[in-house]
Amino acid sequence: MTVKQISVFLENKPNQLAEFVKVLNENRIDMRAMSVADTKDFGILRVIVDDTYKTACVLKDAGYICSITPVLAVEIPDEPGGLTRLLTLLGDNGVNLEYTYAFITRRRDTACMIFRVEDNEKAIEVLTKNGIRPICQDALTEL
Amino acid sequence: MEHYYQPEIECASREQIRKWQDERLVHTVKHVYEHVPYYRNMMEEKGVTPADIKSIDDLHKLPFLTKDDLRDAYPYGLLAVPLSDAVRIQSTSGTTGRRVVAFYTQHDLDLWDDCCARAIMAAGGTKDDVVHVSYGYGLFTGGPGLNGGSHKVGSLTLPMSSGNTDRQIQFMVDLGSTILCCTPSYAAYLAETVCERGLQDQIKLKAGIFGAEAWSEEMRQDIQNKLGIKAYDIYGLTEISGPGVSFECSAQTGMHINEDHFIAEIIDPATGEVLPDGEKGELVFTSITKEAFPLIRYRTRDICVLSHEKCPCGRTHVKMTKPMGRSDDMLIVKGVNVFPSQIETVLLNKGYPANYQITVSREHNSDKLEVQVEMTPEMFSDSLAQTAKREEELVAALKAMLGIYAQVQLVAPKSIARSEGKAVRVIDKRNLY
Repeated sequence: MTVKQISVFLENKPNQLAEFVKVLNENRIDMRAMSVADTKDFGILRVIVDDTYKTACVLKDAGYICSITPVLAVEIPDEPGGLTRLLTLLGDNGVNLEYTYAFITRRRDTACMIFRVEDNEKAIEVLTKNGIRPICQDALTEL
Repeated sequence: MEHYYQPEIECASREQIRKWQDERLVHTVKHVYEHVPYYRNMMEEKGVTPADIKSIDDLHKLPFLTKDDLRDAYPYGLLAVPLSDAVRIQSTSGTTGRRVVAFYTQHDLDLWDDCCARAIMAAGGTKDDVVHVSYGYGLFTGGPGLNGGSHKVGSLTLPMSSGNTDRQIQFMVDLGSTILCCTPSYAAYLAETVCERGLQDQIKLKAGIFGAEAWSEEMRQDIQNKLGIKAYDIYGLTEISGPGVSFECSAQTGMHINEDHFIAEIIDPATGEVLPDGEKGELVFTSITKEAFPLIRYRTRDICVLSHEKCPCGRTHVKMTKPMGRSDDMLIVKGVNVFPSQIETVLLNKGYPANYQITVSREHNSDKLEVQVEMTPEMFSDSLAQTAKREEELVAALKAMLGIYAQVQLVAPKSIARSEGKAVRVIDKRNLY
């Protein structure tokens, strides 16, 4: 019940992101979500794509350093307060978020939150007990 | 008026200097041959005995000594007196692998202090001066050397050591420091700070003695103008004693080598052949008055030129130019000796590839050391905190090895240019020489 995210090491200098996106484009890879975290000299780019393994191979061939990380994807209503319930639930149950980012779905009026937590199993247990089902990899492409 | 600490020595005739050198060389060679197996082996390998050394004309027969020898003989292998006679250790900045320790008897310390006293008096120092020593104290020779010299002159000595600029300036103003001793880059920084705070009228400095790193003529002018002083260069190395091996006089056209203590030669670094006066080459020293740690034909790796031209200051000892470069890859950053191999050792120990780039620059008169390292898949983590932590660990390991801060930059794999043949690992943007 997790989805696979690709994390890529990028230097913090002009044109790095453009070069990266070009590689994906040339290989007809579709990005569903993207986020960048940066320090003064480097950044970590995180993407959710339609074909994780193809992307990882393509990036390695292009000389990028990347890794695949299982993260949680949760669909929430795209309206005020939608995120509050979810975050309160996780917080009250002691699930610490390392990072998170979001995208809006195309076919439904919902938002999708991506969560990186320390313990995926525990987070999934907390969510399912409260009637929230994290999205699996296959379902992600249908959003 | 020119001041001398030991005029009868500093202005001695060339014949007299030559006589001292002959006698003292013969004595020193005999001393090390008898007391230091390392030297005896080296000399035997070259087929030389003390009997072959009758004057400085025979100096070329003796083998060279290098930093590698000092490292091989670490720690006590070149000590030429019983441990009970040695009273002090000083050491070069650097690492376990490259660290060099030098020993002194009380007699050696006295002579070293004399050399520094000559430098202070050449800069106009007298017993009425307040000598402000902002070189580091401790294993580094800068602080202890000038401190001892100032005592010999009879000046009031302020053992400030380095750092804490606010306190430096406060003492300078309150106590009326007249002679400043520190690295030229720190002098430039102090000068800038004094000007920024508008304190030029409140300081009483008249001279500065600045050494332990390369500095340009422009930098000298800048410091002189800002502080309203005359800035003198001083040269030395821990292996030979410390600062005061040579020093500038009022002519400011090169540094007089204390030839009653040190014999200087200029050699071709490639062949080891001795070059005539006026030719550029590697400076080689033989210390002829030291008891605990005399070095015979020690290769400094500093490139310079010697001149016996008559100096208007009245001193007769040979003058050397500022070092014009190095015959090895050593860098001097913030007065600290840095070898690229030290950085490489740290990188390999920490699991990074040996492909790296070192950049040294000077910003606001302060040296900056940057190391670019290529990221590897093994080092990469999805967590920013973890990756940043790895970077911090590398910074800490470099600091432990080098003794100074180096900024680390993790770069993309294969982004550092691979060169054909000898890799260009170091970019020095300072234009020092």
